[in-house]
Amino acid sequence: MSIDRRGFFKVLGVTGVTLATGRRLSAEPAVKSKKEFYGMLYDSTRCAGCQGCEFACAEAHGLPAPSFEDVPVAGTERKTSETRRTVINAYTTSKGNFFVKRQCMHCSDPACTAACLTKAMYKTEEGPVIWRGRKCMGCRYCMVSCPFDVPKFEYLSPNPKIEKCDMCFDRLQEGKTPACAEQCPTESIVFGTRRELIAEARHRINENPEQYFDYIYGEHEAGGTGYLYLSAVPFEELGFNTSLQKSSYPALTKGFLYSVPSIFVLWPAMLLGLHQATKNNNPKEEDDEE
Amino acid sequence: MMRNNHYPASGEAIRQGTWKFFLSELKPKGKLLTPFNIISIPVILAGIVLIVIRFWKGIGSITNLTQEVPWGLWIGFDVVTGVAFAGGAYVITFMVYILNIKKYHSIVRVTVLNGFLAYVFYAGALLLDLGRPWNVINPVIGNSFGTSSVLFLVAWHFLLYMVAELIEFSPAVAEWLGAKRAQKILSGMTLGAVIFGITLSTLHQSGLGALFLMAKDKIHPLWYSEFIPIMFFVSSIFAGLSMVIFEGSINQKVFFDQISEKNHREHNKIIHSLSKICAVTMFAYFTLNVLVFVHEKRWPLLNTPMGYWYLTEMLGFVLLPMILFFLSYRKQNILLIKIASVITMIGVIINRLNISVIGFRWDAVHHYYPSWMEITVTLAVIFTELWIFRWVIRRMPVLRDSPALSHEK
Repeated sequence: MSIDRRGFFKVLGVTGVTLATGRRLSAEPAVKSKKEFYGMLYDSTRCAGCQGCEFACAEAHGLPAPSFEDVPVAGTERKTSETRRTVINAYTTSKGNFFVKRQCMHCSDPACTAACLTKAMYKTEEGPVIWRGRKCMGCRYCMVSCPFDVPKFEYLSPNPKIEKCDMCFDRLQEGKTPACAEQCPTESIVFGTRRELIAEARHRINENPEQYFDYIYGEHEAGGTGYLYLSAVPFEELGFNTSLQKSSYPALTKGFLYSVPSIFVLWPAMLLGLHQATKNNNPKEEDDEE
Repeated sequence: MMRNNHYPASGEAIRQGTWKFFLSELKPKGKLLTPFNIISIPVILAGIVLIVIRFWKGIGSITNLTQEVPWGLWIGFDVVTGVAFAGGAYVITFMVYILNIKKYHSIVRVTVLNGFLAYVFYAGALLLDLGRPWNVINPVIGNSFGTSSVLFLVAWHFLLYMVAELIEFSPAVAEWLGAKRAQKILSGMTLGAVIFGITLSTLHQSGLGALFLMAKDKIHPLWYSEFIPIMFFVSSIFAGLSMVIFEGSINQKVFFDQISEKNHREHNKIIHSLSKICAVTMFAYFTLNVLVFVHEKRWPLLNTPMGYWYLTEMLGFVLLPMILFFLSYRKQNILLIKIASVITMIGVIINRLNISVIGFRWDAVHHYYPSWMEITVTLAVIFTELWIFRWVIRRMPVLRDSPALSHEK
């Protein structure tokens, strides 16, 4: 049962690889920073459905402008696509017609970012979740993971991109606000730090309790999102998925990822032990069981 | 055991010169017009044409993938299901090299070869599905390690496991080339590779399931649970072994000339003991599923179309073959075992597709169905793999007894 030199080196090798790989594979929180996340507050009670944000967005990102026939109509859901990062939809609710803007929610702990194995999907310290083409390998795992079905893929391109709202990250770098917020004539879209926006949303609800449904969508959904929504009616009526979990999605894989280093340490040792134990039980000559 | 110390190729390789030896080995050794060739050649050629179109016009030009269902047949079947079927390699190497059970020794090489080729080709199929495959190097060379991604783990494990399996198989290559010293060195690395390989397999078989953990709201609740990784791992054991039983039976017929009389006789015994492992692991798997079902109180979901489909999978393709495996426990009914293994394999395909494709956004307005072109490419990948498999079997000591058998303890 004694371990010879070769055996020792084998164990050493396996352990070395284990430590090297084990550390690399351990899960880590998405962003460590003292900066505050920026976000956007969208107030559906103010939106007039003018689609100005759609046009501004298309122009800011070099996408085709929406056609003038393609207007929001209650009953049909327009979707974001690989040529359209944001859309306005109309809903008929118990309190009348409302419009809702859709785009990336910029989660605080995004599933797409945790899913990305090349860090192409990236939660910036400022808050926007951006896509970095030179890193992306086009596996579309972000699309599989996103609970809001946000990332869109150019299926008909030999060099496909992922298209999604990036909260105008480039404009933020230049000190400007996102194109949609700047354009909005009714000030339905407000840009600011997430903390300020939540305070502002609370304030609006408290000032006009009759006008608002007492809930900020995005404050807790999916562990909190950068986009926050106010509404006059329960959010189901506006086509929101209200059954989303309140904790972050990457947390769902943490248990598995944390088990990886343990298995990498325990398995080789156990297997080697089993091997040694059973080797000694068998006599050297050929044996046939059964 | 048969002892045969003679290296058939060694003298030849030296006399002819290496280059000539390779050239002669490249020539087909069997008949050209076999039914398999007649079917596979056109499919492979069609597959090549489709792959060219795919890289020229984009993935959407030949697949039916949608924005809601971004992973289709190529991931759901080629990768997720294919890797489960390749699980036989880690189970068999575990029994032979870790538990030192000698009776499975005659099927180790062919199982490892199958596993290795499966990984090479399914990872290859993965490249077809990548929109920007030239960036596939990013998570490997270290300029962007997405360490919080399950896919990062799976990708690395695929890569490392391929190396481990290549090392496990390499003594056969050395014997084919008649490189005695290399054979000895490579054989010495087998145990390390096996230990490493089993560890990797545990993690990436379950990791393939863990990929879908974040798709909590998208997978039908009958198939989604936090235990998907464990389910994937347990089912990979009987998926892999069913594959070993199934293709072992085919090999016995197709490569009759390669297999020694003794191994022919022993094959049924091997199949019989493998069926016992299948039976108990399927029992564990089935019980686990029942526990999850009861614990999560999923009764109301049963009386729906998806519920009937779930019952079909669980009763018809897990419980039934499990019972068949148990029935063959006492009397050695090889036909029953083969039937059970085929049903099991169909069940594994159904299960993996239910999670990755059929039950994924089952509520989407536009359902995803694979296009005939996706199916053709998948078939082309499988056929190409079989061609390589046959090429190796006919040349290297995989099924036939190794000339260096006496070196191993």
